[in-house]
Amino acid sequence: MAVTPPAALAPALPDSQGRFGVYGGRFIPETLMPAVDELEKAMDEALADDSFRAEVDAYLKDYVGRPTSLYFAERMTQDLGGAKIYFKREDLAHTGAHKINNTIGQALLARRMGKKRVIAETGAGQHGVATATACALLGLECIVYMGEEDTERQKLNVYRMKLMGAKVVPVTSGTRTLKDAMNEAIRDWVTNVRTTHYIIGTVSGPHPFPKMVREFQSVIGRESRIQMMDREGRLPGVCVACVGGGSNSMGLFNGFIQDENVRLIGVEAAGKGVETNEHCASLTKGEPGVLHGALTYLIQDRDGQIAPVHSISAGLDYPGVGPEHCYLKDTGRAEYVSITDDEALDSFTYMSRMEGIIPALETAHAVAHVRKIAPDMSPDQIILVCLSGRGDKDVEAAARYLKEVFE
Amino acid sequence: MNQPGQLAARGAAALEQAFIRRRERGGKCLVTYIMAGDPDLGTTGKIIQGLSSVDVDVIELGLPFSDPMADGPVIQAAGQRSLRQGTSLSKTLKLVEEIRLTIDTPIVFMTYYNLFYRYGMERFAEDAARAGVDGVIVPDLPLEEADEFNALLEKHGLAYIYLIAPTSTNARIQSIADKARGFIYYVSRTGVTGEQKSIAEDLAENVERIHSITDKPVAVGFGISSPEQASQIASHADGVVIGSAIVRLIGETAELHERVTARFVKPYIEALHSNG
Repeated sequence: MAVTPPAALAPALPDSQGRFGVYGGRFIPETLMPAVDELEKAMDEALADDSFRAEVDAYLKDYVGRPTSLYFAERMTQDLGGAKIYFKREDLAHTGAHKINNTIGQALLARRMGKKRVIAETGAGQHGVATATACALLGLECIVYMGEEDTERQKLNVYRMKLMGAKVVPVTSGTRTLKDAMNEAIRDWVTNVRTTHYIIGTVSGPHPFPKMVREFQSVIGRESRIQMMDREGRLPGVCVACVGGGSNSMGLFNGFIQDENVRLIGVEAAGKGVETNEHCASLTKGEPGVLHGALTYLIQDRDGQIAPVHSISAGLDYPGVGPEHCYLKDTGRAEYVSITDDEALDSFTYMSRMEGIIPALETAHAVAHVRKIAPDMSPDQIILVCLSGRGDKDVEAAARYLKEVFE
Repeated sequence: MNQPGQLAARGAAALEQAFIRRRERGGKCLVTYIMAGDPDLGTTGKIIQGLSSVDVDVIELGLPFSDPMADGPVIQAAGQRSLRQGTSLSKTLKLVEEIRLTIDTPIVFMTYYNLFYRYGMERFAEDAARAGVDGVIVPDLPLEEADEFNALLEKHGLAYIYLIAPTSTNARIQSIADKARGFIYYVSRTGVTGEQKSIAEDLAENVERIHSITDKPVAVGFGISSPEQASQIASHADGVVIGSAIVRLIGETAELHERVTARFVKPYIEALHSNG
């Protein structure tokens, strides 16, 4: 299956300033500006180079195991009694999540640019593992910054990264979670910018990262679209995916964004509820501001200080979101909803029992929303869900939490 | 000692005059960075008085931000202490307004863009001009993104102070120099703020490169930790910025902060003001 996108379908945004409407841009220290200029140029050249695309496609096929399957969830469909539910199985990609699509692409680009040292930030550890994997594959030095709290929540992934030769640096500043890991990664990059490529894990950060990560993740949407046409002879009515920074959702949405009749729904983490101060629903409750290189919706206080956020899912526990999602929200092309910790956990067990698939807690947010909307839809309608990652990493945390509930 | 009225102008003009006067007197400018609200805003006011009394040329007032991506551990910690005191942009503007009754030393704000964006850029430019702030330094607002804020500040007479880095190309330096007012801030090395044992090898060469492109004054900051280093750098630059070394001292000392900081900067003053 062809993975390269037809040029005619390439979206017009971001503009030359890296803006999606007003969102995005490059809000970074001068020290990094020449590096992002160089990166943008290298990315444009690489993406226009058939041999580079062929190289990416070959790794995605033989190493990652693409295309991932499109799976009809028959029992879940029957149980909910409404729309037909299909899952795009990114959990079956090597390393167990969609993150590898981006890290393979960026690591190959780093090698092409002559950068031998790679850094990354990680929350749940899935992006860290995917970066460590791509670096092991290509023989690149790999340093992963991870909030100290997350290294405790996601011990298994810390060990996986170390096993593949990466150095994991626990970050003790600030709230000791994903945003602080990103601060620390940027501090490393600004120091070692001449030798180092920073693999940002989501459609966030300064231009060209939101565009570049979208390009590498849009394989999800391209494959899904073809598979859906093969299977059903028509497009889904609704696409659903979870949104932290928003890379799996952007990857899925990108395949359908020009199909006006396909509803696109992003599911954010409502933590203990969007009416509390313990959530990370940036698009639902945030306001525009600048963090980590981009103008985007942020959870912040009146003065512009970034507020503490919460989600049971370490991968969604971030106060911002990719700038293109802000644009899709404002233009109304995509809708954004939120799901609480409790609802996500309930769907974590539901999905496991109903389909024999343990989803990542991040993905469980998307599943929870599907359970809300599917019953009200008719059987001739289709919901396509991005099953962004598998939940093995979350089993310990979930068990701990659920025991409290059941006892 | 700067007395009210000595520098008639405010804003970009006050900064430019500070560099011209110091050069005319055969010296180089000392720019000192302190974190507003560390340990509290009242003490910050006294520290500014003390620095002004020993003839510091420009005071850079850092404002705390939750996610200071260009700062090293010392300034990060000071920002956290300051945030716990409830320091904000509006409170710091009030402090400057009060201080302006007694001191004339140019003051520039240094913090991250989100604080200005959130406050409102035009509102900030108006309020800052009224309070007597002379310019701003925003480490995460580079040339390509700064036009709107620069124009609003210029409308009210304030300087948007651009940073140049060791990685900046000549083309970028030229574009920055064309827009710069007040002075240009050269970041001495790739990295975050914090004291360093040695000076970057390419510092002299890069400052010369800037001087060959523009005659606007260049102050060098990031990593300077001794009067000897300051003196060495001043032989190439028009000014030197001391930051983390003072901020660390303020965080560690139990003595009166205004006295200890004024005493601390004296050897730097001696090194720079006689360094023609």
